Amino acid sequence: MKYTKDHEWLRVEGDLVVVGITEHAATQLGDVVFVELPEVETMVAEGDEVVVIESVKAASDILAPVDGEIVAVNDKLPDTPGLVNEDPLGAGWFFKMKLDDLAVLDDFMDEDEYNDLIG
Amino acid sequence: MGPGRRRDNDLRRKGQRGHRGAGIGLPETMPDGDRHGTRGWCLADLETTELKRLALNDLHERLGARMLPFAGYLMPVQYPMGVLKEHLHTRTQAGLFDVSHMGQVLLRPRAGLEALALAFEELMPVDVLGLAPGRQRYGLLTNDAGGILDDLMFANRGDHLFVVVNAACKQDDIAHMTRHLSAAADVTEVTDRGLLALQGPLAEAALEALVPGAAALRFMDVATLPWQGVDLWISRSGYTGEDGYEISVPQDALADFAEALLARPGVAPIGLGARDSLRLEAGLCLYGHDIDTTTTPIEAGLAWAIQKARRVGGARAGGFSGAGRILDELANGPARRRVGLRPEGRAPMREGTPLFDGDRPAGSITSGGFGPSVEAPIAMGYVPAALADPGSALMAELRGKRLPVTVAELPFRPSTYKR
Repeated sequence: MKYTKDHEWLRVEGDLVVVGITEHAATQLGDVVFVELPEVETMVAEGDEVVVIESVKAASDILAPVDGEIVAVNDKLPDTPGLVNEDPLGAGWFFKMKLDDLAVLDDFMDEDEYNDLIG
Repeated sequence: MGPGRRRDNDLRRKGQRGHRGAGIGLPETMPDGDRHGTRGWCLADLETTELKRLALNDLHERLGARMLPFAGYLMPVQYPMGVLKEHLHTRTQAGLFDVSHMGQVLLRPRAGLEALALAFEELMPVDVLGLAPGRQRYGLLTNDAGGILDDLMFANRGDHLFVVVNAACKQDDIAHMTRHLSAAADVTEVTDRGLLALQGPLAEAALEALVPGAAALRFMDVATLPWQGVDLWISRSGYTGEDGYEISVPQDALADFAEALLARPGVAPIGLGARDSLRLEAGLCLYGHDIDTTTTPIEAGLAWAIQKARRVGGARAGGFSGAGRILDELANGPARRRVGLRPEGRAPMREGTPLFDGDRPAGSITSGGFGPSVEAPIAMGYVPAALADPGSALMAELRGKRLPVTVAELPFRPSTYKR
């Protein structure tokens, strides 16, 4: 598992990368009541806003962590957005991406580095 | 490439959605009416202004509250239960809110309560003289243009009036009242008392167990009742749509009293986040958002707060700030009205979201979010009067897309006051 400084986790699954937000992020956001996912088969660039996530009080965006293609989204989330809080590292995943080269993941934080970041 | 190579704020919010803050999480400040007519907090102001700590700050921290700046105070925005569960807990059991940031003001008459009531009536389009001892009423301070300077509660406590005003407005309100009422009254801010709200279906039993007599009060009654040797100033009112109380407590008994309430069955501490979603479901205005100096009481749907005595043909018609415009709008209707709005789908629509009637701009949302009890997004906003009837179909622009939204009856959820 790799982590971004923006509190996303990236997990390699075959030749795909699964993206979600960390438990820390889910706790900080509070109760998620709305998730808007991207279309599948969309090419995205690192930094593109791909997911809109709203808690009771606040709206946030999730950005694509790397360049690639969105090949799957978690279609349970629009109807059950609470999954993001209940199981952020599992059932609360957002989307899967196909990258040109999985080696770009080497540059992201590992778990220890991420835990240092959130203190 | 590396983790530090791009923008910091991944889960950042867009300005259009109104709530500022960096990185993941709730806003670093609560969106509140900070000054008249402005939206949200000015971060620059916060950096130069010392945040005030509540008397119960230690208790909030012990209870695990997330503390954020709000109207110049460090306030509990949520507890570990979280906004959603805190909201539902208040609707089904009882919630204890620390609202000690609000302004408590005593108006002590110099020459009789009647002269004070008549002077106060010059500042509000409200029947002050007709308010019986032991009763409380909703009031609105208006300006000469008919705009709203603040909304407040005032109580007739026999030989004086007790006023509760919004935190962000309290210094201006006190200056305004001092300027206009000094001939008739001594205007004093109460600085040695905190204010708690106890709301929800178990509130009556919880307070009655500590303070016998509380259950006998009806909605908008006020009374002074003793608890462990101190006087509590109690009103049966609130800001959630639920039955409940607001209780002014001497500062040195505040922590003990709050803990005694929290020890009663079903009473949990509730933060400002849930207070906001509760009042939105109840269709209640938040000053600085749904009402401000640019909105009149009639546009805001608050004509019910203007009693007969102050209307055309009444015993003391007019004679208040902004009477020309307010009485004209009462007779002929305003150009726009505050309405409830139900977005289609699940996406919450926040303050600032523009509304459209076909391609024509049709106002905007002034409060919006998710209603945990109605289990759907809800909002309030201003629309042209011709579009203000329930059922009216509009569009709202959200993240570049136009989405359907329907004008709805307020409140979104019926209130449960003990009348």
